[in-house]
Amino acid sequence: MHKEPLALLPEILLLLGAVAALLAGSFLPRRRQWAARAGAAAALAASLAAAVVLAPGDDRTVYAGTYALDGATDAVRVIVPAAALTVLALASGRVRGDRRETEFCVLVLLGSLGAVLLAGASDLLLLAVAYLLASIPLYALAGWGRDARGAEAALKLYLLGVLLGITMLLGTAVLYGLGGATDYAALADGLPGAPRAALAVGTVALLAGPLFKAGAVPAHFWVPDAASGATVPAAAFLTTVPKIGALVALYRVLTVLPEQVLQWRVLLAVLAVATMTLGNLAAFAQRDPLRLLGYSTVSQAGYLLMAVAVAGRAEALRSLLLYLAAYAVTNLGAFAVAAALPTSRTLEAYRGLGRRRPLLAAALTVCLLGLVGTPPTAVFMGKLTVFSATWDGGMAWLAVVAAVNTVASLFYYLRWIAPVLSIRGPGRPPQDAGPSGGNGRRREAAAVAAEPGRWAAGTAVAAASVTLVLGAGAGWGLGALSDALVR
Amino acid sequence: MLSLTVFLPLAAALVLSARRGLPDAAVRWLWVAVSGAELGLVAVLWATYDGPGIGHETDRPWIPGAGAGYHIGVDGLSLPLLALTATVFLACAVYSLRGRHARHGIRRFAALFLALETTCLGLFAALDLILFFLFFDLSIVGMYLVIAGWGHGEQAARSALKFFLYTFVGSLALLLGFIGLYTASDPHTFDITELAADPPLEGGGAAGPLVLLAIAVGLAVKTPTFPFHTWLPPAHTDAPAAGSAVLAAVLLKMGTYGFVRIAMPILPEDWRAHAMVFVAVGVVSVLYGALVALAQSDFKRMVAYTSVNHMGYILLALGAAGMVADADEAARSTAVTGAVVQMVSHGLITGALFLLAGVLMERGGTYEMDAWGGLAGPMPRFAALTAVAAFAGLGLPGFSGFVAEFQIFAGSLGAVPVATALALLGILVTAGLFLWALHRLLLGARREPRPVGADLRPAELLSVAPLLALSLLIGVLPRWLLDTVEPAARTVVDLVSR
Repeated sequence: MHKEPLALLPEILLLLGAVAALLAGSFLPRRRQWAARAGAAAALAASLAAAVVLAPGDDRTVYAGTYALDGATDAVRVIVPAAALTVLALASGRVRGDRRETEFCVLVLLGSLGAVLLAGASDLLLLAVAYLLASIPLYALAGWGRDARGAEAALKLYLLGVLLGITMLLGTAVLYGLGGATDYAALADGLPGAPRAALAVGTVALLAGPLFKAGAVPAHFWVPDAASGATVPAAAFLTTVPKIGALVALYRVLTVLPEQVLQWRVLLAVLAVATMTLGNLAAFAQRDPLRLLGYSTVSQAGYLLMAVAVAGRAEALRSLLLYLAAYAVTNLGAFAVAAALPTSRTLEAYRGLGRRRPLLAAALTVCLLGLVGTPPTAVFMGKLTVFSATWDGGMAWLAVVAAVNTVASLFYYLRWIAPVLSIRGPGRPPQDAGPSGGNGRRREAAAVAAEPGRWAAGTAVAAASVTLVLGAGAGWGLGALSDALVR
Repeated sequence: MLSLTVFLPLAAALVLSARRGLPDAAVRWLWVAVSGAELGLVAVLWATYDGPGIGHETDRPWIPGAGAGYHIGVDGLSLPLLALTATVFLACAVYSLRGRHARHGIRRFAALFLALETTCLGLFAALDLILFFLFFDLSIVGMYLVIAGWGHGEQAARSALKFFLYTFVGSLALLLGFIGLYTASDPHTFDITELAADPPLEGGGAAGPLVLLAIAVGLAVKTPTFPFHTWLPPAHTDAPAAGSAVLAAVLLKMGTYGFVRIAMPILPEDWRAHAMVFVAVGVVSVLYGALVALAQSDFKRMVAYTSVNHMGYILLALGAAGMVADADEAARSTAVTGAVVQMVSHGLITGALFLLAGVLMERGGTYEMDAWGGLAGPMPRFAALTAVAAFAGLGLPGFSGFVAEFQIFAGSLGAVPVATALALLGILVTAGLFLWALHRLLLGARREPRPVGADLRPAELLSVAPLLALSLLIGVLPRWLLDTVEPAARTVVDLVSR
């Protein structure tokens, strides 16, 4: 048994950061809580730095083969803290001075830790623990705003999460019974002799958990409610960070399954098609930009699942990791724009944004076109590599379906971009357009709007720039990623 | 040097969008200066190009993991189109100098146009499929912004959306085709020269025709050919004059250029097998475009439909070049040369016609030909230029259109005699419709929707006249152009007949 606590430094830093922030937040007066937030950001930055330093180390498993340290974990240990830092930045204006400011940071840290553990778990039991760690903080995060819509989002997330968590534990138990072990290396040896029906039941039940975290069909029902009900920064976190861990977890666990016994690739391909199609179709009719973004993240999960469907074949892992990084920064950029304009809750409210806030409008356009997959943004490179890997992996039809879906997605992204860039037409002040909340709340929201604006707008512009830079530097990015996977 | 040429307009665009306080006059002159410098750079590139083969090449790894590189270069196919791009953009910049009443948002307009120029130049210089696709998509975004932001008419946003959706769908088909080529190549690469040297998907199988279909649909939407042309008339009608000129003169060429650069050399076997399809689509586009143009009462829509007609000739020639069994190499190479010259010629003439249509719109607020009449009296210079452009457009000897169409017909006649004979009818219809349009606009009793005021202003004259002068130059002295195009056309023909 390898015991190497230092090898887990990035994870430990996240945990220590969460504990320290919680303690500090308990004793600091409300006006000084920014110190806890700064501490949380420092912990994330330190974790990121530690991950970069540790990345060149040997690919191996530690703690009796339960946790893998390889290319996939290295990448996730960088992407997740970076995404969490972005969330903290875009949340700055919204959470500052709030009575639950510290809680927000602690929950973000714990949720990030859960996502990293999901990605690194090389043992079914650790996967279950990571699932819980990645889920429970998010229930609280969804309801962080303490309003009716947040409560609804949290409750929906909670019920679905608990149900699918138990299903996942059931799958773990079945697979343990079939394979005689819970760590992936032993499972890979033990499962090929298993009866097909039992293996199928166990696999499907196990997949429920990661699919829920990824926001993929059929476990996607929480996504739109969380995206529009939770506070915008929380929604940005919920729809971005768990996906990163969950998809790598899926990838890892699927490579263990014996392909000759169970045709799991077809299952994943069907799930991918269903996810991207349902997400796109549902997004068509949305008038609330956040709900639209929520469904867009569902469809993005579908494209990401394509890489999982060809798991283990050429370039699949690297393309998945590149797409995850690209998706994270682009999606957060779009949410940051929404966070900068908290009172614009309809697409129509964005009319004339290009004239009022040209930089913000440019950032939104770049991010939305990026989500479509327009070059030279990062998601285009992600899509390109994922499509190529899928085609190369023998699933050309899946790439064609995804391209058709990309066309379909264009319609709803353009429905948002068009009013933003519209030069003529009356630019109604966004305050008049908020559909929800009473008058008093609206005025209050308008009063604080100026402040969330600055940090979130800065984050949006930064994210849009990064998505362009990452697109142009995709060669470097791909080179830095390793496709080593150990178990 | 080539990279500088490609990215200089983008740099200028960034400067323009960053400097908010610039006075309008400075913006206009900066725009003209940068466009002029571009034309100069392209001229130097052409002068220092020692063909045949690829010159001014840059090949750097960009995304080695995905097989894509930053590979650009020029040859006899791309140089004329680069020159055309620089010329037309300069004409648009000069055209915008007239600005008597301050144009709304001239700074952003100029920045957008310069950025668009980079995408056009980059596309014609690209020797990598991903680079090609990148510029292809960005040109769509840029043109969408031009039409949606500066178009006139109630329908501008709608037309822009239609344009965007159509061409974006086409671009995704293109991307699928590119990925198909990539996965079929060994080692995996997106490099056009490598793919052309060792074509993947040879030796039958279902993949080749499907990939060709995907690429052909993508390019045909952009070209556009029948039946994918329906986005073109509304986009042109609602775009601003300079936008229309660039859309017709440069952006449409991306489609036809893609056929010559990508589809023919990389998929020679499938091109040969399905050449008849392209011939048929070409002939239908020729006849359909001409007949529908005849029925238009809107001057700009009419010119837009003649674009469908003119692009049809190109497809006819390229299809004929694939009929290896039925024509000798010289004829096929003549057809390809004619196709490339037609791209240049159409760019010059249609660019001029759209700018002149912009003059009509500005003076009278309408393109309806019935609202005008007898313009030769009050606006003699406008009338003269319109007449010259119309005659050039119908393929009168002495203008570039004749050189191009003559070569196309001469090259195609041996391979596809019936189709060529049918396409010749298109010339007849085009001649009729241009003359009829001239008749309605310029002759007869004087009619005008509102008093037209002065004749062409210097900026308008200086933007339109050089385009037509170039067309005349190519028509009278075509050798300097043909010497560059012919070797490259022969190479393409060799590649197809492998």
